[in-house]
Amino acid sequence: MIREKYYISDFCVIRDKKVFKNGTEVYADSEALSVKDFAKGIYKFLDLKYPKFHKMDELCKLGFLASEVLLKDKEKVDQDTALVLSNQASSLDTDRKHQLSIQDRENFYPSPAVFVYTLPNIIMGEISIKNKMKSENAFFVTDNFDADFITLYSEVLMNTGKATNVICGWVDLDNDKYDVFLAFLSKKGNKELTKEELNKLYKQ
Amino acid sequence: MKKVYIVADNIISPLGFSTEENITNLRSNCTGIQKVEDDNIWSETFYGAVINNDKLSKAWEIISENSDYSKLEKMMLLSLSKLLEENPQLDIIKSGIVISTTKGNINNLRGKSDEKAYLSSISRTIQKYFKLDHTPKVLSNACISGGLALAIGKRMIQSELFEDVVVIGGDLLSEFTLSGFFSFQAVSPAPCKPFCKNRTGISLGEAAACAWLSSNIENVTKEAISIAGDASANDANHISGPSRTGEGLYISITKALKEANLDSDQIDHITAHGTATPYNDEMEAIAFNRAGLQNVPLNSLKGYYGHTLGASALIESIVARHCLINNELFASLGYEELGVSKSINVIAKNQNKELNRVLKTASGFGGCNVALIIEKEVL
Amino acid sequence: MAELREELKEKLIEQLSLEDVEVSEIGDDDPLFGDGLGLDSIDALELIVLLEKDYGIKLKDPKEGKAIFESISVMADYISKHRTK
Repeated sequence: MIREKYYISDFCVIRDKKVFKNGTEVYADSEALSVKDFAKGIYKFLDLKYPKFHKMDELCKLGFLASEVLLKDKEKVDQDTALVLSNQASSLDTDRKHQLSIQDRENFYPSPAVFVYTLPNIIMGEISIKNKMKSENAFFVTDNFDADFITLYSEVLMNTGKATNVICGWVDLDNDKYDVFLAFLSKKGNKELTKEELNKLYKQ
Repeated sequence: MKKVYIVADNIISPLGFSTEENITNLRSNCTGIQKVEDDNIWSETFYGAVINNDKLSKAWEIISENSDYSKLEKMMLLSLSKLLEENPQLDIIKSGIVISTTKGNINNLRGKSDEKAYLSSISRTIQKYFKLDHTPKVLSNACISGGLALAIGKRMIQSELFEDVVVIGGDLLSEFTLSGFFSFQAVSPAPCKPFCKNRTGISLGEAAACAWLSSNIENVTKEAISIAGDASANDANHISGPSRTGEGLYISITKALKEANLDSDQIDHITAHGTATPYNDEMEAIAFNRAGLQNVPLNSLKGYYGHTLGASALIESIVARHCLINNELFASLGYEELGVSKSINVIAKNQNKELNRVLKTASGFGGCNVALIIEKEVL
Repeated sequence: MAELREELKEKLIEQLSLEDVEVSEIGDDDPLFGDGLGLDSIDALELIVLLEKDYGIKLKDPKEGKAIFESISVMADYISKHRTK
């Protein structure tokens, strides 16, 4: 089996009402009152014209925006760029909304537009649609960002020829608490991929 | 690359609490789908495949005195306990573990505390019960989870992270998912009829299952059945609607065939996703045709189990293993007349046939698809 | 009827998260699906819920939706004839 060296070429963090790319703050909105408003601000800042964005749930919006920041100025991604995402709360933020709509049998109106987001892997669907990535996807649920496992599995994909590049990371939203980290892994770059390095960038 | 064998398995479903019992019921074309009257799930009667609570409690009491587990946890713990009991040589402590579930203990959202609704609570439960020193990873990738978990297990073994991996899958038939599929107008008013002209939607089901993957040929006691190829691809088209060209499924199939070094005419059987929604089955027929697989005998097991979400592709792969061992094909239950625009070869009656390679596919929300080639090794 | 049409336009924008669309931009006879507003299959399902929740209309066959949701005018016409609330 081929074991090559891989690199982290770019990374993006969305945390505490701020957006960072490769360690540099690119956007901040300390006034944002909700995740929804904060996400909308980033959308406007990035000057995106993508009506589908408004239909996404907040978890997908955050993951989608991070991917837009990450992939900005990047050469086209394609069938060979896999997505390996993870989080703690799965889609619980939207699960609770769906549960509310069915809690009362007298007022029982589940919404298809909400239900479709009650799966965490929908984030990868949204990113794939936007970037036309017909590639490998996997969504894991762990208590904390598991840099060790995410590094290992991303390497597995590249070593076994399932992907040449990987967008990996953590996209979590739970009762207004959010934490987003995406990294672009490939054969090119200046930071060598190790679990320690990935964890360091996540924790920056 | 190392060969990865499926060496043992267990299924906990309405069709039985052992793989043998499940296979016997499939051979008799018995279905687990029945009329359900359970106000905890739905205010009206509906068709679904549910596990009888009393039967589960009785089976549970044999292995544990502690009843402080959710239904899904009991199903999954029971499944893995049985696998370990039947395979004393399996060292679960040293094995990698992948848990496949879409919604886990989602019923716990109804209560005051939703702590158990977090998917990682299941992995902690399994960790504690089997005294593991690591927390198993949970894969939650919609309706392809069970098949993708097998692919991930295989890849982890091939990357030499583990010699053995155990995949455990499970999901419940809950009010949460049933109401959602009703809002999608996707639930069949009668037992589902995959690929049939008269199909109107899915029947939901619940089940748990586990499979032991190993690269060590010494663990193989029956015929050597391996995962010879696997691939997953996103449609990049729509988050809920199946692709009109079957793009992601087609890519998955061709990549899996390529890895297994096979041509489409070397596939003896397809165990499809076949949820029985109008669009899903149509999409699959298109993808199979594009891949040159239109004449391969095909079935969907959804007519037996309903759609068991995170367990479905795992169960269907386990059944594929036993079809390869026993050289038999099961009728696609519920099927009467072809109801897709492209010709496919749906199995109308059980058959005995020499089988060497089976293609297992699955597709799900988010545009995800997976294909596995399950192969009998000629020793 | 004009009032119902306006109401429907507002509801569509709200329920289907059409943030970039103004009420004035939706013509009474513009097609809602396809080239018009570009609604998709989930939107169609959401409109079925809207009919039931807000107007007490339960479609016997979801396929009926295709004709009913042709445009705001057609929708308003159907609702005024069949509404129970």
